[in-house]
Amino acid sequence: MTTLLDIHDLHVSFPDGDGARVRPVDGVSFSLERGRTLALVGESGCGKSLTSLAILRLVPSPGRIDPGSSIRFGDVDVLALEGEALRRIRGRRIAMIFQDPMTSLNPVFNVGDQITEVMHAHFTITRRDARDAAAELLQEVGIPDPRARLKAYPHQLSGGMRQRVMIAIALAGKPEILIADEPTTALDVTVQAQILEVLDRLRESHGMAVLLITHDLGIVAGRADRVAVMYAGQIVETAPTATLFANPSHPYTQGLFGSVPRLTGPLARLSPIAGNVPPAGRWPTGCRFRTRCPNVHERSETEPPLLRV
Amino acid sequence: MALGAIVLFGLLAPLALPDPAAQPDLAEGVLQPPSVSAPFGTDELSRDVLARVAAGTRVSLAVAGLAVALSASVGALIGVVAGYRGGIVDALLMRFVDGALAIPRLFLLLLILAAWERMPLAAFVVVIGMTGWFGASRLVRAEVLRLRDADFVRAAEALGAGSGRVMFRHLLPNTFGPLLVAATLAVGDVILLEAGLSFLGLGVRPPTPSWGGMILDGRGVLTVAPWVSIFPGLAIIATVLSVNLLGDALRDAADPRSA
Repeated sequence: MTTLLDIHDLHVSFPDGDGARVRPVDGVSFSLERGRTLALVGESGCGKSLTSLAILRLVPSPGRIDPGSSIRFGDVDVLALEGEALRRIRGRRIAMIFQDPMTSLNPVFNVGDQITEVMHAHFTITRRDARDAAAELLQEVGIPDPRARLKAYPHQLSGGMRQRVMIAIALAGKPEILIADEPTTALDVTVQAQILEVLDRLRESHGMAVLLITHDLGIVAGRADRVAVMYAGQIVETAPTATLFANPSHPYTQGLFGSVPRLTGPLARLSPIAGNVPPAGRWPTGCRFRTRCPNVHERSETEPPLLRV
Repeated sequence: MALGAIVLFGLLAPLALPDPAAQPDLAEGVLQPPSVSAPFGTDELSRDVLARVAAGTRVSLAVAGLAVALSASVGALIGVVAGYRGGIVDALLMRFVDGALAIPRLFLLLLILAAWERMPLAAFVVVIGMTGWFGASRLVRAEVLRLRDADFVRAAEALGAGSGRVMFRHLLPNTFGPLLVAATLAVGDVILLEAGLSFLGLGVRPPTPSWGGMILDGRGVLTVAPWVSIFPGLAIIATVLSVNLLGDALRDAADPRSA
């Protein structure tokens, strides 16, 4: 397997108002292989969305990617790209879909315009051909009567349909990597399954790599090849999905599993992890999970955890 | 209702032209009171007042419409650039706008019009348009600031839209609602402004008929032939009122909170 995307020691920082900088993403490394799915799992506020935005250099101002970070896409140094070269990566080679399909589509343009816009931005293509390709994409993501739907405006579509449209838009540039940032969080459970199915099918038929960002371990199983668990701006554990599910080693990962309701097995209370992720800038020294960790010991205060990752 | 009134006004204007508006119609006689053949009477050059009011409708609406279209376009352009670019660009543009807004528009126009005698009508439109975009630019900038971090803008950026495309294809059309409301209300203001300037003899030049100019024409004969001034005055009132009602209706339609 060839490594498609390699992120090494990624730091994203924001000024905290007192002259210092806080680092919501603090030394993240992982790599993504061609045609595979990597799941990035963690609670709200752990830095996973910011990590994905950083890959496309979309960290909102005044945040910045700190020097020393490295994002390599094939043989391209993403952090060295500027202007037109950067625009050519976005959507064309790495595409992204967002959490909330209700707000991710431009309300004043119809579906067809929004899909063909991406094609016109990246390819030389006639309007008619783009229109045909857009209808095909809608068909692929499972929208009935795609020709007619090209003329629909976002407000005329349901949430699930809009997320399908978002996926079609993301696919319009024929990307090699699709970043899906909580693609199903805003949707009904039944629709969630359909959307994930669409993503799986398209990954196979288009040979894309998928970076699936989620807080839901339930949708990771059977879908991702590897899982990276993120906590407080760092990746605390990464393993092949089967290994991680069989034997989660970091207490945070164990905690995440304890928080997922099970349909089979003996009835037991859920054991959620107490508290929330502390905000960036107030992360504890040593092991960042120690304030919420069930098996904390003295060394946690001073030393980072030693885990085989 | 307001919409119907204004459309009717614009449509009827060319149709209701029974005779060449600017030409004296000596058969009618000078300063005739309203009658069947001249419903609004005639002025001191024996011109039919109804015909001139109708022709003035087209002049006034064209001047106001074009000037507002110009200021809305310029304002939208400046506003979207300032709002999306932010930083130093935003600061420079907005400080300029702040400064410009501190100068009363009427005085600015009086100054320009006094300095440039015999200004052609097209230049008059441009001058009014270029002194009216400051408010529109603030409005559009505020909308852009609100939308800049919207998911669909981020999505467009993530999918390879350049900054020009984001600004003009994604952000600008989303500001059209409030801009349209503001522009409609501005049409009423500009009609009044144009009438005022023409009344002062600084706006539309005779013999081109304009309502303000016609009121000025009738000023000298106000006691003997009030109709020469009254009818263009009524036209101004009716038009500005219907434009403002239309603007209010558009605002209600655009804003679900004030149903």
